[in-house]
Amino acid sequence: MSNGSSAPLVSVEDLNVKFVSRESTVNAVNDVNLTLDPGEVLCIIGESGSGKSVSMRALLRLLPERRTKITGALEVDGKDVLALKGKELSDFRGGLVSMIFQEPMTALDPVYSIGHQIAETVRRHEGCSMEKGLERALELLELVKVPSAERRLKAFPHELSGGLRQRAMIALALSCRPKLLLADEPTTALDATVQIQVLILLRKLQEEMGMGMIFVTHDLGVAAEIADRVAVMYAGRIVETGTVQEVLNSPRHPYTQGMLSSTVHGNMRGKDIEAIPGSPPDLRSLPTGCSFAPRCRIADDGCRAEVPAEVTLGPGRIARCFKLDETAAPKIREPMPA
Amino acid sequence: MSIAEKTSVLSEVDMNDARDRGGEAQPMLIARNLQKHFPITGGVLNRAIGHVRAVDGVSFSVMKGETLGVVGESGCGKSTLARLLMHLIVPDSGELIFDGDGVGQKDGLLVRDMRRLMQMVFQDSYSSLNPRMPVEDSIAYGKMVHGASSEDAKDAARELMKKVGLDPNLFGPRYPHELSGGQKQRVNIARALVLEPRVVILDEAVSALDKSVEAQVLNLLRYLKDHFNLTYVFISHDLNVVQYVSDRVLVMYLGEVVEIGPVDEIYDNPKHPYTTALLASRLSMDPDDRVEEPPLVGDPPNPINPPSGCRFRTRCQFAEKICEVETPVLPGHASATEHVTACHMHVPQSGHSKAASLAGKKPQAAVRSAS
Amino acid sequence: MTDITATPAQAHAVDQAAPVVRVRSYWQTVGYRLRYDYMTLFFGSVVILIILSAIFAPLLAPMDPYESSLINRLKPMGYKDFLFGTDKLGRDILSRLLYGGRISLAMGIMPVLIATIVGGSLGVLAGFLGGKTNMAIMRTVDVFYAFPSILLAVAISGALGGGIFNGMASLTLVFIPPLCRVAETATSQVRNLDFVEAARATGAGTLSIIRVHILGNVLGPILIYSSSLVSVSILLASGLSFLGLGVTPPEPDWGLMLNTLRGAIYINPMVCAIPGVAILITSVCFNLVSDGLRSAMDVRM
Repeated sequence: MSNGSSAPLVSVEDLNVKFVSRESTVNAVNDVNLTLDPGEVLCIIGESGSGKSVSMRALLRLLPERRTKITGALEVDGKDVLALKGKELSDFRGGLVSMIFQEPMTALDPVYSIGHQIAETVRRHEGCSMEKGLERALELLELVKVPSAERRLKAFPHELSGGLRQRAMIALALSCRPKLLLADEPTTALDATVQIQVLILLRKLQEEMGMGMIFVTHDLGVAAEIADRVAVMYAGRIVETGTVQEVLNSPRHPYTQGMLSSTVHGNMRGKDIEAIPGSPPDLRSLPTGCSFAPRCRIADDGCRAEVPAEVTLGPGRIARCFKLDETAAPKIREPMPA
Repeated sequence: MSIAEKTSVLSEVDMNDARDRGGEAQPMLIARNLQKHFPITGGVLNRAIGHVRAVDGVSFSVMKGETLGVVGESGCGKSTLARLLMHLIVPDSGELIFDGDGVGQKDGLLVRDMRRLMQMVFQDSYSSLNPRMPVEDSIAYGKMVHGASSEDAKDAARELMKKVGLDPNLFGPRYPHELSGGQKQRVNIARALVLEPRVVILDEAVSALDKSVEAQVLNLLRYLKDHFNLTYVFISHDLNVVQYVSDRVLVMYLGEVVEIGPVDEIYDNPKHPYTTALLASRLSMDPDDRVEEPPLVGDPPNPINPPSGCRFRTRCQFAEKICEVETPVLPGHASATEHVTACHMHVPQSGHSKAASLAGKKPQAAVRSAS
Repeated sequence: MTDITATPAQAHAVDQAAPVVRVRSYWQTVGYRLRYDYMTLFFGSVVILIILSAIFAPLLAPMDPYESSLINRLKPMGYKDFLFGTDKLGRDILSRLLYGGRISLAMGIMPVLIATIVGGSLGVLAGFLGGKTNMAIMRTVDVFYAFPSILLAVAISGALGGGIFNGMASLTLVFIPPLCRVAETATSQVRNLDFVEAARATGAGTLSIIRVHILGNVLGPILIYSSSLVSVSILLASGLSFLGLGVTPPEPDWGLMLNTLRGAIYINPMVCAIPGVAILITSVCFNLVSDGLRSAMDVRM
C-alpha cells in the first residue's frame, strides 16, 4: 500500500501544541513526528485528552490562533502548512485537505439543503456555475451510496438519519477531490450496523480515489477495520507506531498492551478484565519522565526520571519506551471469535 | 431504622437477603406489556399529530441476582424502557411487578418505596452530577431524602466512596468538574447504591468512558454485584460489553423485544435476523480478517411510523409477504433459560417459506438450556 | 495484575493515581477570577465609593442641601465654597448630589431586589413545574412585555401618583417580567439534566429538588441579569423624577436635579451637566461590574 520511494503526502516534525491561558498551560501535543504516504490510511489511536484530535486540527490550522502555540514543521503535499495565509489557506482547506467530524449535525449548515451546501463548496473551489455544482453534488451523493440521491439533494440536514447525514458530510468533504482526508471519529456516534457500513464505504472511496487518510479513533476495532498503519498516542505523545498488524498483534509499548488486554470481549466472562489502573495524567502538569510511568506495571526510577526517546524497531516501527526488551515477550493474542 | 441501614451499607449482603419477599423463584422484576408513546405536537393548537412509539408492548422478567443485558440501536427505546422501569416516565399502559408486588397499584408497592429498592446509573456526562455540589453531598442526598440525618447520610456516603474505590478524604469535598470521567462514574454508582437498592439499572453506564477506564468500572460493577447481592439491568449498545456482563440478553428493535434468551444462546445461536445482523456488525479486531460486506444496509427506520407487521422487515433479507401482513409475537416464556424470538421463520406453519425448515431444526418447544 | 478490583482494598487503590486538582468551590473560582480582573475591580470600587458617599452624605456634604440663597443663584463651579456651583435657588450642588445619591441609589437597587425575589421565584416555579403552571405564569408575564419599560413605569406610577414609594412600586412591577423570564429559561434548562432526574429517582419531592439542585444552578444567571438592571433602574427612576413622577421637590434626586437645572442650560451649562454625569458614571459602572461578574461566573464545567 505505502510507496516508500515517493515523497510523503504528510510530514509532521516535532509538532508541539500548547494552549495557553492565564491560569494554566495545557501541553496538548508533545514532540509528535508523523509521515503519511499518498494513498495510505493512518489511524491515530488514543483516549480522550491524548492529543489525537488536536494534532489533526493543527494540520488543518483549525485551532484558535490567539490561545494556541504551535511549533514544529507541518508539510502537506510539499506545502508548509504553518506559513499559509488568507486565500492560500482557504484553498488548502477543503481543496487539498478536507475533514469529516464526529457529529455531522454540527458540521453541516442547518439552514441550507445538502445539495446546496455541496454545490456551493464546489463552486467556490472550482469556480464553476451553481448548476454544474448541483450536478456534481448528485454524483457525489450517488458515490457515497445515498439511496434516492436526487430527492436527498433537496433535504435539510435535520431531515436525514444519522447514517445519511454522515454520508452527506463525506460527500461534502470529497467534493473537491482532496488528496488528504482527515477523519475525526466519524463513526463513533453511529449505531453498530451503520458504523460498519460507513467504515467499508470510507475504505472503498479512499482506495478508489487514492486519497491519503488520517483517521482518529479511540476504538481498536475501528483501526483493525480500516488502517494500514497505526500510531498510538498517550498524553500528547506518540508512544508506538507500526503497521496495523504489528501494533495490534504484537504491541511493544506497555500502554498499547494494556489497551488491548483491557478491551472487553465475550470470552472473558466471569473473569476480571486486566484494566490499566489509574487515569491519564493532567496535561497541565505532565509527570517528569514517561507520562505512562505512573500507570505502568514495569516502570522503574529510570522511567520516572526521563522521557524515553523514540526507538526504531524496524522500518516505520517505532516505540517510546525504556523497557522494550521486557515487552518483547511474544504475546500471541487469541483472535476474537466472529 | 437508621442504625440498621448504616450497618447494612458497611456489611456485605449475603444471599439470604432479609428484604426478600417473594422467595427465590419469584422474579425480581416482571414487566408486562409496558407501553409508552410520546405524542408529537404541532400546529397552532398543539394537537398531537403523531406518536413516537418508543416502547410498544414490552414484556420480560428479571430473575433475582442475574444481569439482564438490553441491546439495541439508537431509537429502539432502551433508554425509555429504563425510565419506565424507574417510573421517571409514567407508562401509558402495562404493569410492573417488583418481587411479587405490583408497583403503583392499590395494594402494591408505592412508587416512592420502589425507588429505594431500584436505582439507576445514568450515562456519564457533564449533566449527571450537580455541578454546584461536592460529590459526597450528591451521594448523601438520596439518604437525606428518606429521612436520615445529615451526619448519617454523610457517613454512608463516605463509606460507599471507599467501596467504589475513591478516597473520601481526597475526593469527597471535590466538585464534579474536578473529577475525571471514570471517577465521576464511580460517584454516580455510589449515589445509586446509597439507598441500598436490590436492583440497579445501568443505562449506558460505561459507554462514554475510555476503554481502559471502562474496564476498571466493569470490574468494579462485578465486585459490587457480589458484595451487595445486586440484580442488574444493563443497557448498552456495545455488544462486547453486554456479552461480558450479562446472564441473559434482551434484544430490542423499534420499541419491541425481538429476541430474549441466555447470553450464550443469543451470541452463539441467534434466531432473529436482526440479532444475527447486529452480531455480524461487530468489528473483528483482526486486521487480516476484516468485515468486507455490511450485514445490513440503511439506518433503523423512524419510530414515529414504524413499518406494518414485523418492524424489521424493511431491512430483513428474508422478508416475505407474511412479514408485512402479520406481526410476529414473542412467545410467552416461563423459565429464565428459555430462548425465544419474535420472527415468523421460527413459528411452524406461520406461512413463511423458511418456517418449516428452520423450526424443524430448532423447534420452539424444545429449547436448549444455557448450562 | 490479573485481579484489579477483586477486593475493596484493591478497588480503592485503582483511582488514587488520579490527577491532583486543587479543590476549589464554585464561588472560590469566581472570586479567584475576579481578583485578576482589574477592570471589574476598578469599576467595582467606584460603585462602592458612590454607595459609601451616599450613605455618609450627612458627614461629607459641606452645606445643607435644602438651604437656598437668593444672592448665590446659578453660580459656576468653584465659586467661593461651592465646589460644583449652585442651582436656581442657590443651593449647593455638591451637597444635593451627595444626598440625591441616597434616593437615586435606593430607587436603583430596591426595585431590582424585590423584583429578583418575586420574579425569580415565579420563574423558577414556572420553569420547574412546566405544563399549565408555566403557561399561566409566562403568558401573564408576556402581557407586560407588550409595553416598553419606560412607558409602563410612567403609566403605573402615573396611576399610583407621585412619591418615592409609588415610584419604587412601579419600577418593581416593570422588572418582574424580564427577571421571571430569565429565571424560567435557566430553570427549564437545568430541569432536564440527568442529575435532576437522578434526584427524582431517589424519591425526592419537588421543593427539595428546587432548593437543593435547582437554585444553586440558576442563581448565577439571575444575579448577573439583575445586577445589570440596577443601572436601568437608576435611569428609569431619574426619568420618572424628570417627568414629575416619583420623587417630588424639594427632595434632592439626580433626575429631579437634572430637570430643574434644565432651564439654566444656556446660563451655566457645566453645572447643569453635573447630575447627568453622576447618573452616567453610576450606571456605566454598574453595567461594567455586571459584565465582569458575567464572565467570572461563566465557569465551563
